[in-house]
Amino acid sequence: MRRKAKNISLLLVYSLVVFVLGSAMFFTQAMKREASLILKEAPEMVVQRIMCGRYEPISLDYLNKIRKIRGVISADFRLWGYYYDPAAGSNYTLMVPRNKPPLRGNIIIGNGIARNRMLFREDILSFRGYNGLNHNFIVEDIMSYESELLSADLILISEEDFRDFFGLPSEVATDIVATVRNQKELITIANKISELLPDTRPIIRDEMIRTYDAVFDWRGGILIVLVSMALLSFVIFAWEKASGLSAEERREIGILKAIGWETSDVIAIKTYEGAIVSFFSFCTGLLLAYGHVFFSSAFLFAQALKGWSVLYPDFRITPYIDPYQVAVLFLLTVVPYTVATVVPSWRSAIIDPDSVMRS
Amino acid sequence: MIRLLNVRKGFNLAKPNEFIAVSEVTLTIEANRITVFKGPSGSGKTTLLSLIGCMARPTSGRIELMDNLPFINGILPNDGKTDRLEVTSLPERFLTEIRRRMFGFIFQQFNLIKGITVLENIMLPSYPLGRKHSLVKERAHTLMDTFGIGTRASAKVEWLSGGEAQRVAIARALMNDPPVIIADEPTAHLDSKLSIEFMEIISGLKEQGKTVIIASHDPLVFEAGMIDRIINVRDGMLYGNGT
Repeated sequence: MRRKAKNISLLLVYSLVVFVLGSAMFFTQAMKREASLILKEAPEMVVQRIMCGRYEPISLDYLNKIRKIRGVISADFRLWGYYYDPAAGSNYTLMVPRNKPPLRGNIIIGNGIARNRMLFREDILSFRGYNGLNHNFIVEDIMSYESELLSADLILISEEDFRDFFGLPSEVATDIVATVRNQKELITIANKISELLPDTRPIIRDEMIRTYDAVFDWRGGILIVLVSMALLSFVIFAWEKASGLSAEERREIGILKAIGWETSDVIAIKTYEGAIVSFFSFCTGLLLAYGHVFFSSAFLFAQALKGWSVLYPDFRITPYIDPYQVAVLFLLTVVPYTVATVVPSWRSAIIDPDSVMRS
Repeated sequence: MIRLLNVRKGFNLAKPNEFIAVSEVTLTIEANRITVFKGPSGSGKTTLLSLIGCMARPTSGRIELMDNLPFINGILPNDGKTDRLEVTSLPERFLTEIRRRMFGFIFQQFNLIKGITVLENIMLPSYPLGRKHSLVKERAHTLMDTFGIGTRASAKVEWLSGGEAQRVAIARALMNDPPVIIADEPTAHLDSKLSIEFMEIISGLKEQGKTVIIASHDPLVFEAGMIDRIINVRDGMLYGNGT
């Protein structure tokens, strides 16, 4: 490789830009995919009660009314809420599972909480209830590692404990979930619920997926803006490095033309040179980004991009690459660099070959 | 044979710094001879070589190639239908084609490309011809052996001595086996011993049937016994037997 210092510095900066940009894209995409996979398991429809434009607990009387709507197979209530733990400075999500709830006085906690509070099975966790009294819970189990994206801050609790802890009366629930017979009728049924129970808001699963998408798009967007600045600096750098042909390079082009190379031959060789640097850097950056996101859980960006809880989930993202995004990344980096290489080479390559005789 | 008719070459025309490098030169250069343009620096020798070697076009006048046309058969208009080729009016791509097939250039500064090996430097002129790589390599090795630089094939050119660099430049000029060799001040950076060696190599090329055109103001060149013709150049014009 000729001009080692120049090419190596170019390779480093180029790879770094692809790495940062690639990491942001891989990460955002993988998170969106992860969230949408999880949400596929989510209920088809959630019905919340709204008062003064804000969420309110929903009366269990509504359950029967919803069940009677034609097309609804089942409807069930859910109990969940948030608790701020001053000891850990974290927010937890408390939830009563529909299947196999823990025994009264027991809880099942997410890995994040266990890690943060250094808890093991059979340990006791003490929370301050709505009325100021302390409630002690025994850790029955700790949730598995794989589910940590959405369960890092999750606590599963029995219905009785939940109601006692939050002071939630037995005739209300957090919200209601419904399943329908025909997916195409989801919107129709949602409209029927809105008409029948005007103080409720039905949310269908697609809307939830869209919200998650928007959240991660937004988070990714912040990073993309920052990275765009890096990209712009890179273009300027590439232009400076690749384009600013040195006197030595100009002389070489003159020699090649004098010994019978055509302008197109010179441009072709310069393009190959640029393409090799470009391609190698692109692959290096992309591989590093892949490793960073999928093997080291994107430790550089995770704090900015992951989750909404104070407990940042520590989990490994399932590798997923969108070819379209790779193509976009390729176009954003390789094309500007190639142009930055070819244009000045062309300008030099059209010089008269006799310039080399006169130099 | 190469013929120049009323050739004139000016730079920065119609500008305050206008400069006429070659003025109304009419000249015939015979094939298979060694011709030397002799004159001081700035006399127009290098410009004349550039014009003859199709590196630059004259401002006015004509340059005709009259021998060795088979070398450029198949690439030019009116192939085989004429015994002379007027090159000044040809488009750039044809001039490039003529340059790579008809002329081998040896420059004053050797003009080797740094960072690549002796072998790669010698092979450079043949790349645009698209010849088979193995044949090109074989030809380069033959040339290197001829000039005693076979053992330096994989050496970077910046590691070479002046004499070795000169021989690499000669080998590169001969790579495409051109009928005409053009050398501009070839001994300017060589000591007397190497200059004499260079002239011996040139003599060998003449014996092989090459036409050699040299620009020099070195007595070791124009006083060498193998020179067939000396043309005096001054202020862009020819003197003495140069017409």
